[in-house]
Amino acid sequence: MQISSTTESKQKKESGKRLASGDGETTFYSVTGPSLSEKKQKRKNIAERVMGGIFFVCGMIAIAFVLFITIFLVTSGVPAIGKIGITDFLFGSVWASTAAEPKFGILPFILTSVYGTIGAIIIAVPIGLLCAIFLAKMATNKIASLIRAAVELLAGIPSVVYGLVGMIVIVPMIRNVFNLSDGANLLSAIIVLSVMVLPNVISVSETALLAVPKEYEEASLALGATWTETVFKVSVPAASSGIASAVVLGVGRAIGEAMAVMMVSGNVANMPGLFKSVRFLTTAIASEMSYCSGLQRQALFSIALVLFIFIMIITLLLNFVFKSKKE
Amino acid sequence: MHEKISLSRRVKIKVINILMYISFVLILALVAGLIGYILYRGLPNISWKFLSSKPSLLKGVIGILPNILNTVYIVLITLVIVLPLGVGTAVYLNEYATNRKLVSVIEFASETLAGIPSIIYGLAGMLIFVQFCSIGTSLLAGSLTLVIMTLPTIVRTTQESLKTVPDSYREGSLALGSGKWHMIRTVVLPSSIDGIVTGCILAIGRIVGESAALLFTAGMANNILSIKDAVTPGNAGSTLTVALYMYAKERGEFGVAFAIAAILLILTLVINLSAKLVAKKLKVKTD
Repeated sequence: MQISSTTESKQKKESGKRLASGDGETTFYSVTGPSLSEKKQKRKNIAERVMGGIFFVCGMIAIAFVLFITIFLVTSGVPAIGKIGITDFLFGSVWASTAAEPKFGILPFILTSVYGTIGAIIIAVPIGLLCAIFLAKMATNKIASLIRAAVELLAGIPSVVYGLVGMIVIVPMIRNVFNLSDGANLLSAIIVLSVMVLPNVISVSETALLAVPKEYEEASLALGATWTETVFKVSVPAASSGIASAVVLGVGRAIGEAMAVMMVSGNVANMPGLFKSVRFLTTAIASEMSYCSGLQRQALFSIALVLFIFIMIITLLLNFVFKSKKE
Repeated sequence: MHEKISLSRRVKIKVINILMYISFVLILALVAGLIGYILYRGLPNISWKFLSSKPSLLKGVIGILPNILNTVYIVLITLVIVLPLGVGTAVYLNEYATNRKLVSVIEFASETLAGIPSIIYGLAGMLIFVQFCSIGTSLLAGSLTLVIMTLPTIVRTTQESLKTVPDSYREGSLALGSGKWHMIRTVVLPSSIDGIVTGCILAIGRIVGESAALLFTAGMANNILSIKDAVTPGNAGSTLTVALYMYAKERGEFGVAFAIAAILLILTLVINLSAKLVAKKLKVKTD
């Protein structure tokens, strides 16, 4: 792409002349007059080079941000793990950060996050996938745009609003239905999370389903399959990698959600049980951050580091899935 | 034609169709129920006084004016910083970069940023801006945190619309003797302005709805700040979402919380609608 500057300037002078004889108002090249002095040209070359440099810096900034976040999380998360001991930290089942003899085992948080995410995915994926199939392959345009608007709204609602509705509607409901003393438990969190994951699952799988080549479906129809059979036996398998990435994206959203979960899960550091008040990795950080100090504070950063590693694994997985689709 | 299909096939098809209808109705009912319930609980609590006063324990007044202002400030500050950065990144990726490996690394970094949960942004923002840069818990630190968070959104939408600018435009401009930057400024960016606007709207949506990243960076204060206070370090303030959380979780003022939820819901609707309108305009243009 690099043209040497002398030929470039020659071209510019010529084009400048030609343009000036035509109309001077052209939007493509309004700066150059018929007599472009060498000085002006030089200044423009410098501007070009400076802007190129600025864009390069902009391009690097995303990498810099990721590096910054990684470095800060690692440097503030590792010391506590060193002090507590990695096995005691990851596999200790008691979290008593403010006790006289503090214990920092985050196994309850890890398991709660894993169970909560699995639960949300088990509820959200079948519903979301069926809805996406309906949306992409069955619905008329009007109904499709209605569902799409609904899904976009679900995706846009702030997580605290979900938390509030969960707190006022879901938690009392769970308490009454299952005759519990407190409805703020893992089940309530799973229900709220599944609603929050739904839009991700629907929109990503819909995109994947829409990208399936028409020929596949036509071939299946020509062989005598009905439309429903075609969609489920041809289109869905053909879109499977996209659907898989929808699920992984949903996992990422569920495992990283903090505020909504904090409002409905009861926030006690128990080992997970469907009807027990629990604490997730995210809420463990959020609930103690405002009053912590010393080793407790460092341990919270270590939890963040664990969560970050989970998320990085998901991102890598996602990249891998998308990449294999491209090939 | 249906007579020729065996009974078991027909039953299977019927069952699957019914399941699909159920899931579709379920989602519509869910959305309708959510909207209805939030507005029903929230709208009666919204009054002019509620919107235009600051909360005072002495007078027993609850108002959300400071939270509205803080939200506006954070949106403005974040956009002013993230817009040039995000558009610049997209321009670099689409127009300048020649090294494929570097491009894939940048794109991977951007995807990583998009996947990081907001609570981690909150912690990272606290470590980097509040402590390391010693800005203190403030609107500025919150905005800077959100800059990192919304960067991928701006990059992605801008890049998508840069891709729709036909190469003939670029070639035409270059053939007339324009330099690369001149071409980008006068031809490429103006033709992809709609994508940039869409990115902005999506970013605004994300900022307005964000809470976990702001809890430890922007703080929980409820004072009325001027725009000048907002950009000076050390002035904390809570946005609408953080205020909602505090009212619901810490103070049990559910009426106030639902009023804020209703406002947030209406904002979300407006943001979605305007994003759609801009996207439609974009489509008409490229056709």
